[in-house]
Amino acid sequence: MQTTNDHIVRSFTDDLNDLSAKIGKMGGQAEAILVDSTQALIKRDADLGLQAIEADRRVDALDAEVEAAVVRILALRQPMAIDLRVIISALKIAQALERIADHSKNNAKRALVINRAPPMELVKSIVRLSEVAQNMLHGILGAYANNDADTAIHIRDRDEDLDLLYEGYFRECLTYMMEDSRSITSCTHLLFIAKNIERIGDHCTNIAENVYYAVTGDRLGSARPKADPLSAEQ
Amino acid sequence: MADGERFNMEAAEAKVLVRDVNVFYGEKQALFDIDLDIGRNQVTSLIGPSGCGKSTFLRCMNRMNDVIDGCRVEGSIKVDGDEVLDAGIDPVQLRRRVGMVFQKPNPFPKSIYDNVAYGPRIHGLVSSQDDLDELVQTSLERAALWEEVKDRLHQPGTGLSGGQQQRLCIARAVAVRPDVILMDEPCSALDPIATARVEELIEELKKAYSIVIVTHSMQQAARVSQRTAFFHLGVLVEVGVTEQIFTAPRDERTQGYITGRFG
Repeated sequence: MQTTNDHIVRSFTDDLNDLSAKIGKMGGQAEAILVDSTQALIKRDADLGLQAIEADRRVDALDAEVEAAVVRILALRQPMAIDLRVIISALKIAQALERIADHSKNNAKRALVINRAPPMELVKSIVRLSEVAQNMLHGILGAYANNDADTAIHIRDRDEDLDLLYEGYFRECLTYMMEDSRSITSCTHLLFIAKNIERIGDHCTNIAENVYYAVTGDRLGSARPKADPLSAEQ
Repeated sequence: MADGERFNMEAAEAKVLVRDVNVFYGEKQALFDIDLDIGRNQVTSLIGPSGCGKSTFLRCMNRMNDVIDGCRVEGSIKVDGDEVLDAGIDPVQLRRRVGMVFQKPNPFPKSIYDNVAYGPRIHGLVSSQDDLDELVQTSLERAALWEEVKDRLHQPGTGLSGGQQQRLCIARAVAVRPDVILMDEPCSALDPIATARVEELIEELKKAYSIVIVTHSMQQAARVSQRTAFFHLGVLVEVGVTEQIFTAPRDERTQGYITGRFG
């Protein structure tokens, strides 16, 4: 997130830029883990899966760094106005990115299990879900970097598409399981994977709300698109 | 800024109405078209860089600018509907209603008791010694100083610590039962503990009085006030609920000042 570089105390600007750089780095890594975990499943590539699992640790470490930096800045600088909003948002965005990476890592682990079973057609539909989540994540990281509140709103609205895709996938999996009980283990893993991706969409939505708040000072209303009629059944 | 926003009192009614106030020192204009409401039983803080006019504005409210040669104040300031700037108003009577606490504690070179009793005596607020004793005690209690000085009321006020002297000045201000208390950087000469005591006191005092405080400490403004007004170059740039001013100011100049981006 760009803040103007004209603090009288220049080291304060440096602190904010460092924080922003850490978030950017976390975002890039979370994106890579999401992509790798999906490819591990589609290409039945165990190495990519292991790579994703390993990369998640680096995101956790960055999350801890962001938290420490935020506490330090709050204590030492007593930030106000846009600085305060940017710093609080950084903390919440880092948490969301940590969750995104964690969900992706979980998907990578499940991919390793599924890949030991015979190939299934159903696996390919995960790609569509993952691509929507990847686009949301990529878009919101761009909005964060560019202080772009309009894009943030746009990204938030896209969560509805992902919810609908998840709902469709859920029904598809049920049909498979009813047809062939031997597919239940893999299908259950796939359902969790789809649910994890759906949750990644929710975290992107959270990031979007925080970007919007940091930039404008206003909170987006809670009335956001919601298309997840299954959520009560989970 | 739209009028509706500037006068928005957020549930509190206005104790002081300031309209279209302009102040000149000779040819030089120090304040430009100030409109502001001071809420009843609220603390309003005035912030802004040195020379922005916030102290000048504070001093308009009890006619302290009268004593400055070549100073001219135009416009209207009403306390409970009474025009402060009318030539016919007696500044001494006005200053009973609109009291002031200064940056440096300035007790009279008299006893603690006489410091507090002075105002009630000259304004004839009490008729007997017992009443005066009681008023001195309640005033010192209100200023959270009574417990510390009750055994040495007849020792000089100047012998107290800086923080105690400032609370003595606050006791002196409340002794004449004012409506409004103006505070011009009341904690800038105090250490953090004494500052915290005065801030706690301000919190307590606002139940009975309407308070306007000029402060250079943004954190202090954020801690003690319900509304904050930002002055810059003699203009009231933005006024709003304190939380809004410090988390999401609407004006770029306010943002620049409170985030330390000003040259």
